Amino acid sequence: MNPDMTEPVSSPLVSSTFTLDGDEIPYAPGQTVIQAALAAGKYIPHLCYHPEFKPHGSCKLCTVKVNGRPASSCTTAAQDGLNVESETPDIKDKRRTLVQMLLVEGNHFCPSCEKSGNCMLQGLAYDLGVMSPHFPQIFPTRPVDASHPDTLLDFNRCILCELCVRASSEVDHKGVFALSGRGITKHLIVNSESGRLGDTDFAATDKAAEVCPVGVILKKRVGFAVPIGERKYDPVPISVQTVSHTHKKETV
Amino acid sequence: MTYELETAIHPEKLRRVAIDPVSRVEGHGKVTILLDDKNQVHQVRLHIVEFRGFERFIQGRPYWEVPVMVQRLCGICPVSHHLAASKALDVMLGIKHLTPTAEKNRKLMHYGQMLQSHALHFFHLSSPDLLFGFDSEVAKRNIVGVAAAHPDIAKKGVLLRKYGQEVIRHTAGKRIHGTGAIPGGVNKSLSSAERATLLKDAYQMVSWAHDAVQIIKQLYTATPELYDVFGTFRSNYMSIVAPDGGLDFYHGALRARDADGKVIFDQIDYQGYNDLIEEEVRPWSYMKFPFLKQLGRENGWYKVGPLARVQNCDHIPTPLAEAERKEFVAYGKGQPIHATLAYHWARMIEMLFSAEMIKELLHDDDIEGSDLMTTGTRQPGVEAEGVGVIEAPRGTLFHHYRVGEDDLVTMANLIVSTTNNNQAMNTAVREVAKKYLNGKEITEGLLNHIEVAIRAYDPCLSCATHALGQMPLEIAIVDAEGTVIDEATRDHRGLTRPQ
Repeated sequence: MNPDMTEPVSSPLVSSTFTLDGDEIPYAPGQTVIQAALAAGKYIPHLCYHPEFKPHGSCKLCTVKVNGRPASSCTTAAQDGLNVESETPDIKDKRRTLVQMLLVEGNHFCPSCEKSGNCMLQGLAYDLGVMSPHFPQIFPTRPVDASHPDTLLDFNRCILCELCVRASSEVDHKGVFALSGRGITKHLIVNSESGRLGDTDFAATDKAAEVCPVGVILKKRVGFAVPIGERKYDPVPISVQTVSHTHKKETV
Repeated sequence: MTYELETAIHPEKLRRVAIDPVSRVEGHGKVTILLDDKNQVHQVRLHIVEFRGFERFIQGRPYWEVPVMVQRLCGICPVSHHLAASKALDVMLGIKHLTPTAEKNRKLMHYGQMLQSHALHFFHLSSPDLLFGFDSEVAKRNIVGVAAAHPDIAKKGVLLRKYGQEVIRHTAGKRIHGTGAIPGGVNKSLSSAERATLLKDAYQMVSWAHDAVQIIKQLYTATPELYDVFGTFRSNYMSIVAPDGGLDFYHGALRARDADGKVIFDQIDYQGYNDLIEEEVRPWSYMKFPFLKQLGRENGWYKVGPLARVQNCDHIPTPLAEAERKEFVAYGKGQPIHATLAYHWARMIEMLFSAEMIKELLHDDDIEGSDLMTTGTRQPGVEAEGVGVIEAPRGTLFHHYRVGEDDLVTMANLIVSTTNNNQAMNTAVREVAKKYLNGKEITEGLLNHIEVAIRAYDPCLSCATHALGQMPLEIAIVDAEGTVIDEATRDHRGLTRPQ
């Protein structure tokens, strides 16, 4: 049993299965739908899910239909005989809309973003065929935090997945990050009196420094050292890379 | 002469003719001409009507984003901005010398850029005027018309440009808006396969570029009564030159000459450009008017670009282009050539030089090296700064940045090539208007004469209007008698009126 559902479990003694878009997917007890799917080489889009952390269920990109009802595949336990639909036109439309909303909520200028090519949001946008923002851009004002000597925080790109929050508290035991505010004003904050990263004990070697799926937490003074075409999602679309983003290191 | 025909005394009584937009140039600009009842020209202005904001929105961004971000100023010669920014940030980081591989790959990228941009300009944008005549049938006066009438010329033009784009793609990762140069070096060198691919066609490109010089030379020398006088005016000119005085587009020091060819200054380190050049703002254009401080705003304006560079240098370091340069200089009979249409001739000599340089660089084994990056010691102090200057296709390009201790950009100043030519272009259109339009019934063909003069400078109006917040907008409301009723200035402090 894997009560925390934090690790993808692959057991040779698998006997139970559910169906995903008509394919039989084996699973081990304790696995979620997304864990079993990824282990079987079937990609389900996701942003806040990370195999090393507890399921969060907040980004909703991994929404599937389980026996006809929408559910987050990262929080749904795999069960025998489930009928899971993922790659249907209807679900893909909704995922595309979610990505479009994320893109207009922040300031995502891919051309000059160091994360371009390694960014899960960008990878998903390409994969889902996002050809335009569709919604009016909100253009929020979010100043960058460059107070830390080794790490830059560019809040413009934050999608509120809380992976840095979770990594900093659960792995680093520092609690550097948190979310504040409600609804559309919700935003990432830094736990120091000044609110600045430079006044925390954050270190560039922290787990929190490497989990950001987008371009918020970046190593300073490193930009474009890896040419276009050689970044993680350049040669192969994100949907074909079924292992999640930390399984294969970014090309930095 | 600087302000002649710039502002009519009683504009309200005059008829206004506008060329909007000016076609076959990069970006958006317009020309307005004020004429009286007898079609006498009283005012001619080249207005730049785009408004952008790169200098402002770079502020507060991390410096390593800058070379990739600022190149978005332009889709025609982004490489120039990419490299000028990288060079400025090399200086900021205290890096004196790049590795040979980094330097040569950057140069290769830049010469690819010069080749493709010059080919684009000559064949696609200007050859229709030159081959068919300025007032030829408008429906055919375009690259499609050229392809129909002169398929061989059009084909060479398209393929020369394509080759330049391929050089850029292999060095920068993409044909447009790549990431090859980074502060301290480059992120890739040419692979053996890429080098072989480019080498395969390098000789053909040199040969076609050589043909292109012959085309423009024949056109020019066959009708000197047109080419020598069309939009011709005397001015200073400026460019960077190599330490030995040779032509170099990638690096060098500043040299300026006066209208007689006499050196005004030479081998000036461009880090001190601010002591040499000042920019004047005029209320009717978004493009500033730079001038050499030591000569003042009336006499200090200058030309940049091919015509300036080919005459400013002492020699061109490749054989075919050097032979062409000598012939060009000889045509001036000891005097600098100031003809606006001579830009085309000089530009093709530069295209030949670029093709020859590409061929040379491709034969250099350093181009495949693996030593890509250099580090330096950042300038001490709270703010570090650097200036990067490069000869872009359209002329001298200045990038100047200051970076705070936290690695964020605090100040950016760009003087782009087209801005340097602002006064020269305005003077050229006024000369043409005086000579060809005065007293005549305005026709499309006559108005195209104005555009031909602008096109010779290959202006990039998108690049030229990169600034925001530094150019106050001045508004004056004038009644029919010419009396100012109200005036106001809008700048970073908001709307203000004179006390």
